[in-house]
Amino acid sequence: MDKSQKSKDKIPAPVGESIPRVDAREKVTGSAIFTDDIQFGPGLLFARIKRSPYPHAKILKIDASKALALPGVKCVVTGKDYPGFTGLYLQDRQVFATEKTRFVGEPVAGIAAVSEELAEKALDLIDVEYEPMPAVFDPEYGTTKEAPLLHPKLGEYTVANFIFPQAGTNISNHFKIRKGDVEGAWKNCAAIVEHRYQIPHVQHVPIETHIVIARAEDTGKVTLWSTSQSPFAQRNLIAKALDISHKDIQVIAPYVGGGFGCKAGASMESLIVAIAMKVRGRPVKLRLTREEEFYTAFVRQGLVAYFKMGCDKDGNLLAMENKFYWDSGAYTEYAVNMTRASGYSSSGPYDVPNVKTDSYCVYTNHPVTGPMRGFGMPEMHAGLEQCIDELAYSIKMDPVKFRLLNCVQGGDIIVTGMVMHPTGLSECIEKAAKAIDWGKKEKASAPHKMRGKGIALMWKAPAMSPNAGSSAWVELNEDATLTVGIGGQEIGQGTHTVMSQLAAAALGVPVDHVRIAKPIDTDVSPYEWQTVASRLTWSMGNAVVNAARDARQQIVDMVAKAWKEDPDDLDIVNGNVISYKSEESISLKDIVIYGMPKENFNGWIGGPIVGRGSFMPTYVTGLDPETGQGERAVVHYTTGCQAVEVEVDTLTGKVEILRAVGAFDVGKAINPELVRAQMEGGFVMGMSTAIFEELKLKDGVLQNPSFVDYRIATTTDAPSKIDSIIVEVPQDDGPWGARGIGEHSMVPTIPAIANAIYDATGVRVGSPPYLPEKVYLALVDAGVVK
Amino acid sequence: MSTHKITVKINGGLEQVEVPSNMTLLSMLREKLAMTGTKNGCAAGECGACTILMNGEPVNSCMVLAVEADGAELITVEGLAKEGELDVIQKTIIDKGGVQCGFCTPGILISAKALLSRNPNPSEAEIREALVGNLCRCTGYIRIIKAVHAAAELQKEAA
Repeated sequence: MDKSQKSKDKIPAPVGESIPRVDAREKVTGSAIFTDDIQFGPGLLFARIKRSPYPHAKILKIDASKALALPGVKCVVTGKDYPGFTGLYLQDRQVFATEKTRFVGEPVAGIAAVSEELAEKALDLIDVEYEPMPAVFDPEYGTTKEAPLLHPKLGEYTVANFIFPQAGTNISNHFKIRKGDVEGAWKNCAAIVEHRYQIPHVQHVPIETHIVIARAEDTGKVTLWSTSQSPFAQRNLIAKALDISHKDIQVIAPYVGGGFGCKAGASMESLIVAIAMKVRGRPVKLRLTREEEFYTAFVRQGLVAYFKMGCDKDGNLLAMENKFYWDSGAYTEYAVNMTRASGYSSSGPYDVPNVKTDSYCVYTNHPVTGPMRGFGMPEMHAGLEQCIDELAYSIKMDPVKFRLLNCVQGGDIIVTGMVMHPTGLSECIEKAAKAIDWGKKEKASAPHKMRGKGIALMWKAPAMSPNAGSSAWVELNEDATLTVGIGGQEIGQGTHTVMSQLAAAALGVPVDHVRIAKPIDTDVSPYEWQTVASRLTWSMGNAVVNAARDARQQIVDMVAKAWKEDPDDLDIVNGNVISYKSEESISLKDIVIYGMPKENFNGWIGGPIVGRGSFMPTYVTGLDPETGQGERAVVHYTTGCQAVEVEVDTLTGKVEILRAVGAFDVGKAINPELVRAQMEGGFVMGMSTAIFEELKLKDGVLQNPSFVDYRIATTTDAPSKIDSIIVEVPQDDGPWGARGIGEHSMVPTIPAIANAIYDATGVRVGSPPYLPEKVYLALVDAGVVK
Repeated sequence: MSTHKITVKINGGLEQVEVPSNMTLLSMLREKLAMTGTKNGCAAGECGACTILMNGEPVNSCMVLAVEADGAELITVEGLAKEGELDVIQKTIIDKGGVQCGFCTPGILISAKALLSRNPNPSEAEIREALVGNLCRCTGYIRIIKAVHAAAELQKEAA
């Protein structure tokens, strides 16, 4: 055998193979364990939360004496017990409100009792007196001088160094982009488009609601069993909020029944720890009802966005001026960083020489917002991509051609001054346009229906702390199988499968030899920042590959020593160490635990093999707070596009999505079918937010907290056909070139549908959701129907 | 709260359970019998995660009182595979990639199973209609619909 054939020189199997999900069998037989399935026996207590009925109010009095007198009630906890402040980037929030409540549903007290029923009954016996205060329900109004101040102590809160709260206002972060000369550029524009969009709050709607069980021991140790996307971040946040040492908090997180961002960080988890610490020794369970899930954990940010953009007569984009007012709700958590992320990506995936953006994070008396699939990008692209479309038409250029002319390419100096890495966006556009038969007008299925096609582009970078890290271990077993320790969560995306593939490929064993250690347990699992930002395949993947390579090197060194060969001549293939030189071969079995005998049994070499690996990007730089310019704002961008064909019923206004195409540059698809599954699932979720979803808030009170009144896409709404096209321009620091795809597939969906509605009817529908009545009235206003 | 002793056949085995009058069938399965394969997604009959077969018909077990099931025959997700051999719908949902987080999967499988037993040759529209009460936030449904198609085909071949 030739050395050049060594597996490390090419992309090894099973990278790039669509192996079946490793967690599928458990999940189809009902044996997969989710948090609510864990059994705690008769000692289990149940918690319920007393919540504010007012969007903004002073708390005058809390009297829990009647509740405490009820037999079976074990404790009542209020803000007095835990007055400290918490928050991911800006510490603006208490576990239970003390002086004021700032949203309907804000916790003011918690109860533990022997049954859920009793806890619920006891809630009604807690007497809370409030004095309602004027509130803010609109982020734009929230920035004005007339608006009531929701956080008078904003200037005193502890804050991360890349977030800029404006004391004395409701603005918790202001991010600016000043690139080129926008004012000077307008006069060179042949066409200018200017619009305002309002994107409503929506909810993630995982089918599994938030559930946490906590147990505090006399020793001070606290254990949580939690529906968490980020067990380590949760540990960190709770440790800080409740002043407990990290080593004394253990977060155990089994399979997550859908997260989409709402199970990231900590939302309701600190509540249960605070309660558990009052009933030491007994586990306490808090399970959000579906109604609570709709507005008391996390909802998606609302957005009021202004876009102004212009191009020359040949279609070259010259300038963009954007203003974003992000409605963060009562507390900020992730929203301050999303404000930043939408700012540093505010040009969209385009090469624009002059950009001015002001992105504001604004407190309102709406539910607390958290990260949701796309992290601000679906909301921002919703308006941006409709404006791009309109701009193309206004200079009579085909929208696909316009996008190909202006889309970002490797080497471009992007909005933050960073040099764009190689990207396959043009290829995505060309392939998607071809797949949807762009330019070919199809006949509508009925005389009262209008048919059209639309396209929209996207880009998104993992929005995270610049130095978010991953780690992994790989432990070999006697039979040459391996157990892989990771700290990232399986939330449906298929990360256990992908990590198995990466570990198998990097070590040189069949993939069915790999088992991912679970549940994730912060006492046992290696550190992982969070399962967010579509970063696991890339970041945790690198850690797993590094750990497997570390184990591989230990094995090869041991065998080389035993065989008296050069380690460089050895390789591990299909679970056997082989020598390209002597053509010797030995199975990994036993030697990975017991080592190998020296010559003439004169002692031993080696020992149990454990590989370790970690990964942390070290190259992200800060940005100038006045201009948003810097050398490298982000780790990388995943780019792509979607194209759709729709039919609009002119009698009802109903929009039907007939077919869809997605094309994304994922760097390298480790498991192509899982990548396509993300593209499909993301499209339908995006489609659902485009045509159905809106949290209807009236003076801060949610009007539709149920699946009957808050409709999400069902089987009858999904299009018959979604083409998913994988483009692969490798990421220089991804495992075999891979980048993330989890969130990106719902980013361009709203504008792709809006642009298709325009193509069908000639009417711009603007802000989502495109409900039948909204579309119908827009058609009437435009004179399309009479 | 008064309690009642009821007898049910679950996945082929007889069980006698003492249940409070207001206990739902879902709570009985999950809390009394620790059969946690059936999921609780809304407790209001809206999401379909708790779907089981009761006397052959799919029901939202959160909307049925346990006492109503006295004497009934129940099939839950745990009862689909026989002696380690997966049911055809379990196989095809894996093959077609119709599983992601897995939380809605038990209810989807039961609804699909009910459809295939009353209509061995369903059209795409009939599959969509049969599963309309089972919400899934991950997959976008297309692969699930394909899996039901494929299961119908395999069933026909086997017959």
